[in-house]
Amino acid sequence: MSEVLVTPQSVQELEQFEKTAGMLSWLSSCDHKQIGVLYLLTALGFFIVGGCEALLMRLQLAFANNHLLGPEAYDQLFTLHGTTMIFLVVMPTLLGLSVYLLPLMIGARDMAFPRLNALSYWLLLFGGVFLYTSIFFGNAPDMGWFSYAPLSEKPYSSLPGVDFWALGLLAIGIGTVTTGINLIVTAFAMRAPGLSMKRLPLFAWMTMVNSFLMVFALPVLNAALVMLLIDRNLHARFFTSDAGGSPILWQHFFWSFGHPEVYIMVLPAFGIISEVIPVFSRKPIFGYGFVAASTVAIALLSFAVWAHHMFAVGLGHSFDMFFAFGSMLIAIPTGIKIFNWIFTMWKGAIRFTTSMKFAVAFLIEFTIGGLSGVVFATVPMDWQLTDSYVVVAHIHYVLFGGTMFAVFAGIYYWWPKMTGRLLSERLGTWHFWLTVIGFNAAFFVQHMLGIAGMPRRVWTYPALPHWQSLNMISTVGAFVLGISTLFLFWNFMWSRKHGICAGENPWEAWTLEWATSSPPPVYNFAQIPPIHGPRPLWDLKHPGQRDRDLNK
Amino acid sequence: MQLGIWLESIIIFQFGHSPATFPVFSPHSPYARSISELSSGVLWGMLGIFMIVTALVTYCIHKFRASPDQSTPQPTYGNTRLEVGYTISFFLILAAIMVFAVRSMSASDPAGSQPDTLVVVAHQWWWEVRYPGTGIVTANEIHVPVGVPQRVRVLSADVIHDFWVPELGRKMDIIPGSENHVWFSADAPGTYLGSCAEYCGVEHAWMRIRVVAQTPAEFAQWQAQQEAVPGSPASGETALGAQYFQQLSCANCHTIRGTAAKASIAPDLTHLASRETLAAGRIMNTPENLSNWLNDPAIIKPGCKMPNLHLTAQQRGALVDYLETLR
Repeated sequence: MSEVLVTPQSVQELEQFEKTAGMLSWLSSCDHKQIGVLYLLTALGFFIVGGCEALLMRLQLAFANNHLLGPEAYDQLFTLHGTTMIFLVVMPTLLGLSVYLLPLMIGARDMAFPRLNALSYWLLLFGGVFLYTSIFFGNAPDMGWFSYAPLSEKPYSSLPGVDFWALGLLAIGIGTVTTGINLIVTAFAMRAPGLSMKRLPLFAWMTMVNSFLMVFALPVLNAALVMLLIDRNLHARFFTSDAGGSPILWQHFFWSFGHPEVYIMVLPAFGIISEVIPVFSRKPIFGYGFVAASTVAIALLSFAVWAHHMFAVGLGHSFDMFFAFGSMLIAIPTGIKIFNWIFTMWKGAIRFTTSMKFAVAFLIEFTIGGLSGVVFATVPMDWQLTDSYVVVAHIHYVLFGGTMFAVFAGIYYWWPKMTGRLLSERLGTWHFWLTVIGFNAAFFVQHMLGIAGMPRRVWTYPALPHWQSLNMISTVGAFVLGISTLFLFWNFMWSRKHGICAGENPWEAWTLEWATSSPPPVYNFAQIPPIHGPRPLWDLKHPGQRDRDLNK
Repeated sequence: MQLGIWLESIIIFQFGHSPATFPVFSPHSPYARSISELSSGVLWGMLGIFMIVTALVTYCIHKFRASPDQSTPQPTYGNTRLEVGYTISFFLILAAIMVFAVRSMSASDPAGSQPDTLVVVAHQWWWEVRYPGTGIVTANEIHVPVGVPQRVRVLSADVIHDFWVPELGRKMDIIPGSENHVWFSADAPGTYLGSCAEYCGVEHAWMRIRVVAQTPAEFAQWQAQQEAVPGSPASGETALGAQYFQQLSCANCHTIRGTAAKASIAPDLTHLASRETLAAGRIMNTPENLSNWLNDPAIIKPGCKMPNLHLTAQQRGALVDYLETLR
């Protein structure tokens, strides 16, 4: 193994790049770090929008027979909320972290295709803004985020909202596929010398596996969206029951994208947890091989589970059993990860920074979401509970209790790298506890509403026993969650002015992104430390105790 | 729970009976009971796993908190035997759940080849209920004799809907262009509430189902009453109402057997006055509510397809008088 420096140019030459940067560079930049930050800022903007939509919905549902919002407004709100949070918040957040961190973690100067990277981002922003312009052209989409045909077809949705939705998602979908290709090539071709696949940081591993999911899943959605647009505007019959089309065909297309999509939204979160827990437990990950391999297992299985969204369609018992079996199997690699993270903490020296607090809370919240996932794979239980509020609770435990808790852990962890300053731990603790209380109050009771018989996507409801009190608890919880987010924003602003300077490596972490200044220069690294294992900075600091010597 | 009691004391509108709080866990048919028993078992299992995870995490939080002077802990890179161990345990747990699930599938959703006892046609946003072999057509309210298994053919008139009465059985999607079957029955007399469970457009929220289970004698009486054709009113306000019904475009959408009104776009009103609710469970069926509904349906059920016919108070009064005779 040669201990090589990746410096084709001198540092003075590299500094030249820095001088061209300015405010305008945010528009023209192809630098993966600037693009990563743009993704994150975009996600933050849409997070505020999607969050306000959620709060309006919760206000409407606070009382039985409430007429604060009419059904038309409510239906647009829940469609926009779902679409926004999935395509414009969770995905850009994870893509932003991926394009920001992957090159740094593998010791590269940038992504493999920097211009393509910029194109992907601008497609996403354009798609998101386009989706929202529908408000000014009659109506926002109101057929739900999975847009079931024939409700989404012209006879039942004559206004242009559905077309805006389809075109907006198409732009985002194309951007996501190109990012996927970009991340794969970067991970395969741009790794620093010595950084073999077996030494890749787990976040990079999961980002790479995730990119394959994006490249295979998103084109299915894109094709289905084009077919929907043809149906609506050129009078085809792909998804209507007359003239040979089939509404169930849309469901197959949508969910064969949609279930891999669920893992697209959670694998990078697993990656974040796999970085944060070892660093704050002061131990390497427990079972690197199992954690990495279980990611591949999840990715493969995720293409064989989609019809568990369709158990109530009535496609036959053997059909249901096949997909139930696949869905049960996918719980195994997920469970392995949870236990490996716990055993990483075992006999560690745990430092409860805000980042670690969110990571530990993730373990609990995500376990609830994962276990209710097993419930939905149990076919007869799905027959009772699907399309009830239990599904709403489940999706939020997975995407908020899972992905967003991990994202918060990641933000507190990498913010110092991105900005050069630490976030306040005091404000962070407020943010953490309010999030935990608000989140569980808002969503745990929704399990009970589901078994009380409340269907999802209703704009109002009759005052059946406890429906009103449970809904009120959920609404109060949602507002606590809303307030918790204000502490995060306050923390951002506080840190920009008063945050303690982070230095290169404030957490004493071990992966390559911590081997450069905070924030990193445009060229990322003047030189790369030698790489002998998955924790190059540990090896550098403890030459006698390298991972590869200890782990035989 | 004080808050709950307080909130329920300001309920705006209450059903005239007390339905089960958690209908998924108060099954009233063998089909629902099978799912409920499976659910209890699985939920206890899930709770057990959750407790193990929580206990381990809590133990780590308390036991392995770093002290200020602590040196770097001993690295552990994994333990293949342990990891293979929990992988196999997960597999066994899930395989067990799968076995119980498959058994419950055939109990809660039997194949059966009995002829359909009910045909339910879902419309945006109401239910048409037909009793094959009789002339009975009703809406939003399904009367069945206690204990008799019902094989329901479910059809859609427009978009995808879903038939769900949690105390009585599984839910089943209703897909336009294809037909599904679902079984239910009711062990005890009473009213069982359900709803459309697949988002179907603006008034998905007010597409509720009532299943009324009756003793065989009561059901036979109901059946006889529903099969009868109501007589045409001789004179007075009700006769005027009957005349308005045919003239003021009501007959363009609704059926009243024994009259010229034979359209099937909207609910059959032959025995409207015998039903408990109006507008698919939105309001109780009282003369006053009926009058308000005729005055402006969109105030009561925004987005519904019944138009405001701009009736005068006199026309409304006559129509309500007439419709109230349709027992």
